[in-house]
Amino acid sequence: MSKANLLDRRQVVSALLANRKDVVAIGGLGASTNDITAAGDHARNFYLWGGMGGAAMIGLGLALAQPKLPVLVITGDGEMLMGMGSLATIGLQKPSNLSIVVLDNEAYGETGGQTSHTCAAADLVGVARACGIADACAISTMAEVETFAKAVHDLSAGPRFANVKIDSANVERILPSRDGTYIVNRIRGDLGFKPI
Amino acid sequence: MHARADASDTALTWPDDIFATLERFDVRQVPYVPDAGHSKLIQRVLASSTMRGIPLTTEEEGVALLAGAWTGGQRGVLLMQSSGVGNCVNMLSLIPVLRFPFLTLVTMRGEWGEFNPWQVPMGSTTQGVLELSGIKVLRASTAAEVPAVMEAAAAQAYNALTPTAVLLSQRLIGAKVFTK
Repeated sequence: MSKANLLDRRQVVSALLANRKDVVAIGGLGASTNDITAAGDHARNFYLWGGMGGAAMIGLGLALAQPKLPVLVITGDGEMLMGMGSLATIGLQKPSNLSIVVLDNEAYGETGGQTSHTCAAADLVGVARACGIADACAISTMAEVETFAKAVHDLSAGPRFANVKIDSANVERILPSRDGTYIVNRIRGDLGFKPI
Repeated sequence: MHARADASDTALTWPDDIFATLERFDVRQVPYVPDAGHSKLIQRVLASSTMRGIPLTTEEEGVALLAGAWTGGQRGVLLMQSSGVGNCVNMLSLIPVLRFPFLTLVTMRGEWGEFNPWQVPMGSTTQGVLELSGIKVLRASTAAEVPAVMEAAAAQAYNALTPTAVLLSQRLIGAKVFTK
């Protein structure tokens, strides 16, 4: 299954979060939420186990509510395709503290590896740019991942979008908490909000 | 051509009542898919210095947006038409799982003198779909009852985390008529 010159998803996510500081990270349904867990559990990690297509919009709501915090959505190609309209919504709002990374293995890895639309036709970078996200790029090297990881902390220049072609090899499942209320309240607590 | 009162009509006061309630409950993010019945409220939101109106491409985006807003400390409300409720169904599962305050204001089609048969199936199932999804449904059928219904809805949604929908009936907003 693996092709040459494709990046390793775990290395990509580790590099994105290595120097995360105050970043709030949102993982889309599927392997990307596990990749965030593998990089280290954190009070500011938002793990999604459902709501396919909603990761970028959760990121938008958070970014608008907390304009001084970097918000980073890390999701997969299938999840982003389901929420593709949200790129138009984000392109209109232009939250300068929001960054979106798609880990693109061109397949629905959790359901048997069926090919996705990005395999042959859909260009998510083109979609993002055409929706008004001017800073949209395709990433193919770890050096570019590291440059993007630094840019996430620039709160004046977003929104930004990157599509990273990754190896489709299956990796060990490292699972986060499935308790959504715990996950949300842990982030809220870390941001200084008290329970209702 | 339209018998329906233009909802942006400045003579209408119930949208102002809704706006006042949202303001009092410190609602900050207002995602919406436009509907004629919501047009005056949307104008008020877009002119507000405390609320942010956020146009969506599809209603389910608004459910996810409100989850993120709450995680970041802000309340929101989702404005849509009855047909949009159908677009939201799977995303509504976020509400009980993440337990964030959820309030939606739904302008009704497919009832009370509806002209367009295409609106009737979803309009007929709107309340059932919401209730099956764990959302309490309140309804306002006259302008006079809007303030009390809105107050109750906002109070239970934001204070008690009871997911709530307010159906603004077609009787309230006026049935659209294209023929005599």
